[in-house]
Amino acid sequence: MTVQYSELIQPERVHGSLYTDQDIFAEELQRIWYRTWVCVGHVSEVARPGDYVRKKVASQDVIMTRSKDGEVSLLLNRCAHRGNLVCEDQRGNSSTFRCPYHGWTYRNTGEMLGYPYNQGYGGKGKLSLNLGRVPRVDTYQGFVFASFAADGPSLKEHLGAAAGELDRLARLSPEGEIELTAGWLQHRAKANWKLLVENETDGYHPQFVHGSVFSVTGSHIGTLYSDKSAAVTRDLGGGHSENDLRPEFRKMEPMNWFGTSEARVPDYVAKMRALHGEQAEEILIEGAPHVMVFPNLFVAEISVFMINPVAVDETVQNVTAVQLKGAPEMNRRLLSQCIGSVGPAGMLLADDSEMYERNQRGVAARVPEWLDIRRGAHRERIDENGFRIGAANDETGMRGFWSHYRSLMEGKAR
Amino acid sequence: MSGVAGHIGLDVREAERFLYREARLADEHDYDGWEALWTDDALYWVPAGGDDTDPERQMSVIYDNRHRIATRIKQLKTGKRYAQSPPSNLRRLISNVEIVTVEGTDTVVGANFLIVESRERGTTMWAGRATYRLRRAGDDIRLAYKKVVLVDSAQALFTLAFLI
Repeated sequence: MTVQYSELIQPERVHGSLYTDQDIFAEELQRIWYRTWVCVGHVSEVARPGDYVRKKVASQDVIMTRSKDGEVSLLLNRCAHRGNLVCEDQRGNSSTFRCPYHGWTYRNTGEMLGYPYNQGYGGKGKLSLNLGRVPRVDTYQGFVFASFAADGPSLKEHLGAAAGELDRLARLSPEGEIELTAGWLQHRAKANWKLLVENETDGYHPQFVHGSVFSVTGSHIGTLYSDKSAAVTRDLGGGHSENDLRPEFRKMEPMNWFGTSEARVPDYVAKMRALHGEQAEEILIEGAPHVMVFPNLFVAEISVFMINPVAVDETVQNVTAVQLKGAPEMNRRLLSQCIGSVGPAGMLLADDSEMYERNQRGVAARVPEWLDIRRGAHRERIDENGFRIGAANDETGMRGFWSHYRSLMEGKAR
Repeated sequence: MSGVAGHIGLDVREAERFLYREARLADEHDYDGWEALWTDDALYWVPAGGDDTDPERQMSVIYDNRHRIATRIKQLKTGKRYAQSPPSNLRRLISNVEIVTVEGTDTVVGANFLIVESRERGTTMWAGRATYRLRRAGDDIRLAYKKVVLVDSAQALFTLAFLI
């Protein structure tokens, strides 16, 4: 079957089959998940030589390791002999992996070390079978990205303008680095992965889906997405998009982006001023980004999400709290707020997840065939940097996502 | 070890009666009744990724102090907590109840549980072991601490928005 993506993806509407068709899902794995750059984790998860953690890239079981010379590798978790997993533990520290089936051993760089009873292979050193490695691994601001394609755009090219948003996150740390060391919540949803991606920078839903929590906590977040908001939704190109809330935060006091005040985190603010001088005020006012990095990394101010597709109608969303290196006072608060908001019982994300699942049940209906993404198309404009922007609650980001998705699926971009 | 009825420590029958009641209030979404069980210094914890994590440094599914328990209940009561609107149909079994120890005014109780949750998504089974700290308050018993360790806490979980 050859899918005509130009028919299914139009400027202001997308076809429901994109969320339900098994063949399209299979093609997405090949053209997106096993080709372009996918975020896998963060270097702080394997801080010391020998550290490893198991990860997923779609259905691929991957081990993220750090070798004795400090290099971070992504190894495929599959013995070169009979395909058994060489790593069963979710995390640990070891310089080698040993397959339990026939005792073959490998260095944590993937290189073969040995195979028992080697006379069966004509002696020692006769075989040179290594673990599979993800062909390209690169990092940006500590985020580890994988590409299963041996060539193609570099990570910097892939990230494009989204790189600047990751820079904005890192500069909130008094040491210029974030860490993802608080472990992950794994939240399973019976929904297609694209419904999650579309929701991440959809500024139209918060007032409705999250009205319950805004009303009981007195949070002002909802109004940031109202019709009166000066905030914007920006298509950053390459499928990336953001809700830029800075126009609203600039009207407020420092640290208001985090719903707190300078008086409550004095040590952190003092450290930031010592490091950044005059520029500290701007950083403390503007806060963290709200950015969706195509296809699976979402930074929602204080939380980091990595989306992993399981099946056409099932997705796992992994989430953890941003931790700022050198800011213990902030880190406790970031963790606490993140736990309250996200994951299976989170006061925000449990309701988002309910919406993805209801969407998935809905798109199975045959008519109307289309999902509408026209909101704000008539009032979109191009900003001073050449990016397409819309109002805070417009579907500008979604349209950017679909445009890039289409070019990848048609083989016109990589 | 287990105290005698009338003493500070609870006996196992008293503990069971409390756990069954707490289970029924949660199953039936009696939010006010359930919230009233908690003490002011309450802690409600559902760890993720195993049971030996440090909730002050690691992500948890739920890590609520008394204030956050109140917020969670208020949100449920808006009727617009969509992950529980409509509410899940629930029934849970509590078993293997053991008095673990008596610490000061608190009796530490352990119990296994199995919860069947029915939603439009499908039927989900939630199983694990919970640890409770129960405290006498006049003629009543109050809940100061509940740690819920799911057997699948290290796996990806569906939404868990009911009171577990």
